[in-house]
Amino acid sequence: MDYGTLFIQQIINGLHLGSIYALIALGYTMVYGIVRLINFAHGEIIMVGAYTSYIMMNVFGVNIVVALIAAVIVCSIFGVTIEKIAYKPLRNAPKMWALITAIGVSFFLQSTVMVIFGVNAIPYPTLFSDLIQVGSLQISQIMIVSLALALALMLSLELFIKKTRLGKAMRASSEDAEAAALMGISVDKTISTAFMIGSALAAIGGVLFAVAYPQIKPLMGVMPGLKAFIAAVLGGIGVIPGAMLGGFILGLIESLTKGFVSAFWPNATLWADAILFSVLIIVLLLKPSGILGKNVREKV
Amino acid sequence: MLQVKNINVYYDNIHALSDVSFEVKQGEIVTLIGANGAGKTTTLKSVSGVIKPKSGEIHFKQQPIVNTPSHQLLPLGMAHVPEGRRVFSRMTVEENLELGAYIVKNKVQIKEDKEKMFDQFPRLKERRKQLAGTMSGGEQQMLAIARALMSRPELILMDEPSMGLAPVLVQEIFKIIERINKSGMTVLLVEQNANMALQIAHRAYVLETGKVVLSGEGKQLLEDDGVRKAYLGA
Ligand SMILES: Nc1ncnc2c1ncn2[C@@H]1O[C@H](COP(=O)(O)OP(=O)(O)OP(=O)(O)O)[C@@H](O)[C@H]1O
Ligand SMILES: [Mg+2]
Repeated sequence: MDYGTLFIQQIINGLHLGSIYALIALGYTMVYGIVRLINFAHGEIIMVGAYTSYIMMNVFGVNIVVALIAAVIVCSIFGVTIEKIAYKPLRNAPKMWALITAIGVSFFLQSTVMVIFGVNAIPYPTLFSDLIQVGSLQISQIMIVSLALALALMLSLELFIKKTRLGKAMRASSEDAEAAALMGISVDKTISTAFMIGSALAAIGGVLFAVAYPQIKPLMGVMPGLKAFIAAVLGGIGVIPGAMLGGFILGLIESLTKGFVSAFWPNATLWADAILFSVLIIVLLLKPSGILGKNVREKV
Repeated sequence: MLQVKNINVYYDNIHALSDVSFEVKQGEIVTLIGANGAGKTTTLKSVSGVIKPKSGEIHFKQQPIVNTPSHQLLPLGMAHVPEGRRVFSRMTVEENLELGAYIVKNKVQIKEDKEKMFDQFPRLKERRKQLAGTMSGGEQQMLAIARALMSRPELILMDEPSMGLAPVLVQEIFKIIERINKSGMTVLLVEQNANMALQIAHRAYVLETGKVVLSGEGKQLLEDDGVRKAYLGA
């Protein structure tokens, strides 16, 4: 494979990975936008989504579409419930408390899954693995499915936020929760909606991730969760298009370092994550609010 | 229409309101005046459910509302134009108005009311697609008032609508308030511009360090020596 083809191949891989990061990043950013909380348990929702879809397919014998819908439903319920039980009571407490609680919820979910399913990786069914040959490029079906699904979801989310009554209420609550309440908007409801949508997207991200790297394990949500979080911060946390952009940038950097730069510098693969974090640090040094972030005006 | 009885509000250990009582009757403009930090904003926030008083009672249209969260008060007929305007700056003028009508289900009514606001506030009409945050202070204040009117409230609370505006605009804002009142809405107005507020108010209460120290008819307080010295610079 010549370098040109390799480069394009890695761009395609990067878009695939990036679409998954973008879906997950949206959950961080939507929740942060309204409650100013980094929901560190979000990564575990990815894992719960992947396990749910696995159980649905292997135990109940349903197809991937039904399994995906089940994962979306289960994760939405998890997300909303976690918010109600763990974060809502701390809404007026110092931010640090909620952050520590989020990490606690994260460990709780990991440990629970470990106890039930064991710590070892379980192979995930092989799906959409047919390769489509375009010239010397190889594109697997899952890449196309992931990218198409992610783009469709992002477009719908953008329309929902921009055009619908509830979407406008969410934007208003994220800008000024107190003023939104004076408009008759139940901020509790918009917060639940943010957790619900964010968790549903994370469930889809989790299933797509499991299809792409066909195995599941209790800690599988940690790295994608962390990278999606970086993506959200990189794009400008709280800004929805920022999360999408950040996700794709991260996916591209990761797959280009692993698959292209490594052709010249074999150790690049080992350094891929370090490079990602360096990019984050550099961007934040240059523009602390992230690429699309608005300079935050402190609330009075 | 609104009865506030002996409310006490604390911020940590600051006793911000002590036994504040007042009343607003249907059709009135009632103003609360007082110096910086007297507790005017705190009083309005207590009425509209943003803050929950530690003790005391608040009745709106005979219903107790002390425990009602603020988003449930608008459907009862109470709107609040908060201090500092608080328009949604990253949304357009039109979207701000639509949010003011968030609780209104009838799309036709929303559309009609939007046009009505554009008639009453022509500056907003020209700027309907503009982001609210990019407008001048006066325009934002008009928007904040128009937004509150979109739910067709019976009682409107306004917190220093004339703050930071040029004298011409201050005049205009007070004219608007009188017009709103003549159209049948009851107004509870908080102001530092005591002179203007007392001129248009039917009745007034003077707040000092969290206590009501004086009350009476607007015109009567304008003549009061104490009020003149303390608030009218006379
Ligand atoms: N969030 C808060 N935390 C602590 N103290 C507060 C808070 N809000 C108000 N206070 C205090 O409560 C008192 C009353 O404040 P309030 O904002 O009600 O005054 P105000 O009459 O509206 O003043 P201004 O004319 O400056 O708007 C002040 O002493 C103020 O410092
Ligand atoms: Mg005030």
